[in-house]
Amino acid sequence: MTLEPTRRGASSSVLNVQGLTRRFGGVVALDHLDLELAQGEILGLIGPNGSGKTTFFNVLTGLYTADSGSIRFGGTEITQASPQAIYHAGISRTFQRSRLSLPLSIFDNIMIGNHKRLNQKLWFNLVRRDAFRAEFAASFSQAQALVEVFDPPLAGRMFEPIAGLPMIDRRRIEICRALISEPKLLLLDEPSAGMTHEETAKLMDDILVVRQRLTGLTIIIVEHEMGVIERITDRCIVLNFGRKISEGIFAEIAADRQVQEAYLGLQ
Amino acid sequence: MAAANGGAGSVLPGVTAIALATAFLIVLLRVENQTAIISLLAFGLAAVAVANWFGWLAPVTRSFAERENALDAFAVVAALVVAAVFHEDHFVLLLVCTVLLYIVATLGLNIQFGYAGVLNFAGASFFGIGAYTAAVLNEHTAIPHLLVLLIGGVMAALIGSLLLLPVLRTRGHYAAVVTIAFALLFKTFLEVNDVLGGPQGLQVRSMKILGWSFNDNFQIGGVKLSFYISYFLVSLIILVLAFVLVRRIERSWVGLNLDALRLDETAACCFGLDIVRWKVTAFLLGNFLIGIAGTLFGMVGGFVQPNNYTFADSLILVSILLLGGIGNPWGVVVATVIVVIVPEKLQAIQEYRFLLYAALVMAVLLFRSEGLLPRPVRRYFPGWRP
Ligand SMILES: Nc1ncnc2c1ncn2[C@@H]1O[C@H](COP(=O)(O)OP(=O)(O)OP(=O)(O)O)[C@@H](O)[C@H]1O
Ligand SMILES: [Mg+2]
Repeated sequence: MTLEPTRRGASSSVLNVQGLTRRFGGVVALDHLDLELAQGEILGLIGPNGSGKTTFFNVLTGLYTADSGSIRFGGTEITQASPQAIYHAGISRTFQRSRLSLPLSIFDNIMIGNHKRLNQKLWFNLVRRDAFRAEFAASFSQAQALVEVFDPPLAGRMFEPIAGLPMIDRRRIEICRALISEPKLLLLDEPSAGMTHEETAKLMDDILVVRQRLTGLTIIIVEHEMGVIERITDRCIVLNFGRKISEGIFAEIAADRQVQEAYLGLQ
Repeated sequence: MAAANGGAGSVLPGVTAIALATAFLIVLLRVENQTAIISLLAFGLAAVAVANWFGWLAPVTRSFAERENALDAFAVVAALVVAAVFHEDHFVLLLVCTVLLYIVATLGLNIQFGYAGVLNFAGASFFGIGAYTAAVLNEHTAIPHLLVLLIGGVMAALIGSLLLLPVLRTRGHYAAVVTIAFALLFKTFLEVNDVLGGPQGLQVRSMKILGWSFNDNFQIGGVKLSFYISYFLVSLIILVLAFVLVRRIERSWVGLNLDALRLDETAACCFGLDIVRWKVTAFLLGNFLIGIAGTLFGMVGGFVQPNNYTFADSLILVSILLLGGIGNPWGVVVATVIVVIVPEKLQAIQEYRFLLYAALVMAVLLFRSEGLLPRPVRRYFPGWRP
């Protein structure tokens, strides 16, 4: 599926979501969600378990189709686009439950994320081995430099299989996989799950370091740890039962009674 | 490539291993006495176990990883030595050709199943398509026989593309069932098809390249050579080419794509991978290799009949792959040698050879699920250092 530019000229907003709805049988996982994201912003997406955060990412990346509503990315309509087209348009993600390929090496896993920047022609890959070698060497340096930011010791172990790494390292590699293609929008689904406070803090610092380098990178982060949300987000959106119940800077949503109720399970 | 071998690894362990294995193979092929064969096989097993116990296999593995080009070349020399030793022996040379071409076919299967994860239980059918192509084209046309080999490969890929739609649309086990159905249909189709000779099959005219007929024994420097030597050489060349192809596939973004879609289709989608394109590529390339192997095999054997290309034969190809180590071309080589040669030499078990395969595969899956030679982590250019 190709992406068709719409008439609307370039707005300052990177992402524009309107009335996005997705049902699973009787469950309304996303209920008329509206969302606007400016370039370079870090948006925190929070909400209790089952409130639709992951579903939003899945619809946004084309894994699930929306029942209604629209998603516009950089002025382009992507509501019905395939996951592939959405990746090519510049949206990358991590998964809540880590989805790396365990038997493959660190380097291989990161290169999976680099798909659009690698020459995928058969002739190039199988016959022009010298040209392939040059591309391989260049990609290796990039991947290694990226890993260096998150986990310097790992940068020397690029050809070791993922299966031998602890969960923390896997999470970092998954973020590298999402970042290597220099996306415009990065979706992080609970990147620090299973990490200690210190590890989480370090991970967030690293993400901020990378954002400095990739000018204009916009991020949506789903995260349960409120300290993290408070520290790194510019703005937050709170979901409950698929509906947006609050929006604003962290201090505002934290003070919102509806949000407190949702988290305490009061209705 | 020369710089790639700058590492300190020694070729010696690898050379020794290949030399010993070749010597063992030559003795095994020479011996006829059944008791002697059984003792020999037991000795071989024991030798490997002992070598493993003393940790002698580790340097061999390292040697293969670090001095790959030299050892690949040495393995070709070893194959030539086997052929030279048996230069007059039709039976052994036919067996060796069979091994070489089965390796090529299983390498094709390896691209499909080993890398892309697309199960193909109709491998023998596509092998047969090649053989029937040889029968028809050699009989009725004047197409040069090297070209016929290519056409046989293309035919297998083309007819295989009939299966693409169901294979792509149904996941996992259903796709496997579709290929099984195809294998059964294929045999029945051949049996009732009089143009293709029905159950009796067809003669295949022998290969001719530049006027050189492969059906004649010949002499070099007064040494009589079996006509199978010609077939052996062509088979070996095709095997080398197939091996290089499979290895380049593995060590490129293509191989990475196939691994990615086998291991996690959803994640692969999210990083732009066109699942259909790569599954189709793997399936067609695999069938192409299987078809070429089958075409040449038809010419080597001199005739084709439906009974040679049954579902059971497809299972043998799959079991070779499982036994050798999915995704490892060297594993395919070792496993094919075992699976093709042992039953041929051990007449006592010929009747039970499927039982033997089944037992072998189950043993491997239970005790060494990655196969005899597990696939190593991908190194795009072995020895490469950043
Ligand atoms: N594939 C699916 N099929 C059926 N129901 C689904 C599916 N995916 C999500 N749901 C339902 O949609 C609702 C939202 O789920 P979602 O995973 O988006 O929540 P979440 O906010 O990510 O929760 P958590 O914090 O636990 O990750 C839940 O009720 C869930 O059961
Ligand atoms: Mg979730």
